[in-house]
Amino acid sequence: MRKLILAAVAALTLSMGTAHASGGEYHPELMKQTWSFDGIFGRYDQKQLRRGYQIYEEVCSSCHSLRLVAYRNLAALGFTEDEIKEIAAEKEINLPHGPDGSLLNDDDEFYTRPAKPSDRFVPPYANDAAAVDANSALPPDLSLMAKARIGGPDYVYSFLMGNPEEVPEEIAHQKGFTPNEDKTFNLYFPGYNSSMPNQITDELVEYEDGTAPTAKQHAQDIVAFLNWAAEPELDERKSMGLKVMLFLILLTAMLYALKRKIWANVKH
Amino acid sequence: MSSPEWKNPVIKWVDSRLPVFSMMHHSTAGYPTPRNLNYLWNFGSLALTCLIVMVLTGFFLAMNYTPHVDLAFDSVERIMRDVNYGWLLRYLHMNGASMFFIVVYIHIFRGFYYGSYKGPREILWILGVVIMLLMMGTAFMGYVLPWGQMSLWGATVITNLFSAFPIVGDFIVTLLWGGFSVDNPTLNRFYAIHYLLPFVLFAVVGLHLWALHTSKSSNPLGIEAKLPEDSIPFHPYYTIKDLFGMGVFFIFFLYFVFWAPNFFGEPDNYIPANPMVTPAHIVPEWYFLPYYAILRAITFDIFIIPAKLGGVIAMFASILVWVALPWLDGSKVRSAKFRPIFKWFFWVLLADFIFLGYLGKMPAEQPYVIMSQLATAYYFAHFFVILPLLGKLEKTAQLPESISSAVLKKSEDA
Repeated sequence: MRKLILAAVAALTLSMGTAHASGGEYHPELMKQTWSFDGIFGRYDQKQLRRGYQIYEEVCSSCHSLRLVAYRNLAALGFTEDEIKEIAAEKEINLPHGPDGSLLNDDDEFYTRPAKPSDRFVPPYANDAAAVDANSALPPDLSLMAKARIGGPDYVYSFLMGNPEEVPEEIAHQKGFTPNEDKTFNLYFPGYNSSMPNQITDELVEYEDGTAPTAKQHAQDIVAFLNWAAEPELDERKSMGLKVMLFLILLTAMLYALKRKIWANVKH
Repeated sequence: MSSPEWKNPVIKWVDSRLPVFSMMHHSTAGYPTPRNLNYLWNFGSLALTCLIVMVLTGFFLAMNYTPHVDLAFDSVERIMRDVNYGWLLRYLHMNGASMFFIVVYIHIFRGFYYGSYKGPREILWILGVVIMLLMMGTAFMGYVLPWGQMSLWGATVITNLFSAFPIVGDFIVTLLWGGFSVDNPTLNRFYAIHYLLPFVLFAVVGLHLWALHTSKSSNPLGIEAKLPEDSIPFHPYYTIKDLFGMGVFFIFFLYFVFWAPNFFGEPDNYIPANPMVTPAHIVPEWYFLPYYAILRAITFDIFIIPAKLGGVIAMFASILVWVALPWLDGSKVRSAKFRPIFKWFFWVLLADFIFLGYLGKMPAEQPYVIMSQLATAYYFAHFFVILPLLGKLEKTAQLPESISSAVLKKSEDA
């Protein structure tokens, strides 16, 4: 009976969960991908991260900032110190103070210098207002995007690949759905009208490592890169986890043996 | 049990002036514990383990955290990215909160099942309720500190509840906020309180243990230990059993830390707090969901009490009713083992509580509202109607002579 109650509760929970995903608005199931960083043994694929970085650099970074990632972090993608210096130096950084920290004269707006490896990624716009002005809405910072949405990397992938030419029947007839000519219809975006036009196409960038430049490949690569940007500690975390678990399981097994031994003569 | 004669002259000298060694002996080798405790009795020591993990990780996090609305979110991300093992500290702390509640919920429901709250353990039980309330306050304020969207909006919704109280409501809310909205002063005072409350927790845990060591542990049979052979010394029997339990617990805990660190969290909290954008669904952390469902279930005025105040009262009452539990449950028999009808109602209550948790996560619309109302009504009926009636009507099974006779009989049968 006890099991029956629990089973009934579980069944009820599950059946209701699927019917009412995302507060009544219909969205198709996320396009679940197999990621190299999935699971207990999952790790980032450095080559994939570099391809993703290339896409961010050539495409996304014209609108989206990545303000929590520093150029020095690119070492995790296999760039050498000199390469990182070069990458950083291509960007210009505007500071409200002089190189010695002193305040600027009124007529100087900024002190401008090339970025250094210790700098965070230089954003495409001076501030949010400038970003809104240049686009129809604020392009969100992407540093944490891969863990700031339900579904994580699968959501970001689905969003990027979720711009069909035609609005599906079940959404077109949904009450509350208003088509918007100025926006892009997206299957997964709340309210369906995204301010971001479709970006993912075949041959979006030319990969240096010769990987076939398909749309799917591009989307997977940029999402892997964004997941790294959000969780740069993942490789270290998962490999430490294996060692800690191995230790804990051995320790716990020994504690159990000791417990059996100590309790051997006590009926309980 | 009397203190041992200390042979070491240094120990003897110290102990005659400050009897720490005698005290340690009293609470370990000299502390009699029922011989029949099952693994559900591990969760007390596990809860203390959680508290220690939280205090230690929190202490190091505090060294790197900045309680300012403009800097808090980024300081947490700096911990995650640049502080040595900062990600480990933070994920231990974040998941540690969930583990603490899992452990404490099991501890509480173990108390429900075995009637651990009954005399002479009423004060022990009430101190436990106080601990639970302190934990909830601490966890709520801690969740505000990363200053993500759910931090800000969760804090806004929960602090606003206090405005439901007549006359003093608005004053309390302003006091909580330190201003006229959830803003920098709120974050500052929540941080200060979040750092203070664990010390209060330690103090109340101390009282909880003091009360425990006075009345001694209850046990699955629910009868007091009378004969010498009913009890065994805490050390080494329960020290090793608790240590083994901790090993299993840490395997469970660290699985989440290393492989699913955001399993219990809300993705929205990785979006920096923005007072201009309200999230589509504001949901509290999972351990608050049953109370949140009860809060939202009261959608109607009760005489002169407006719905909002009614919800707040119901929410607080859902925990405070536990204080009265030793007197609401009139049955002379403690353990559900010997209470054939109560046993069923225990499982229904547990299912109801889990169901309330599920409803707390759902949007406030039909059919969830009516379900919440029914589940809430049942929850209170359990304490105010079912338990008092059972105390009078239930025909309980025959209790064993003593713990040792029951244990020995069981092992003969086996």
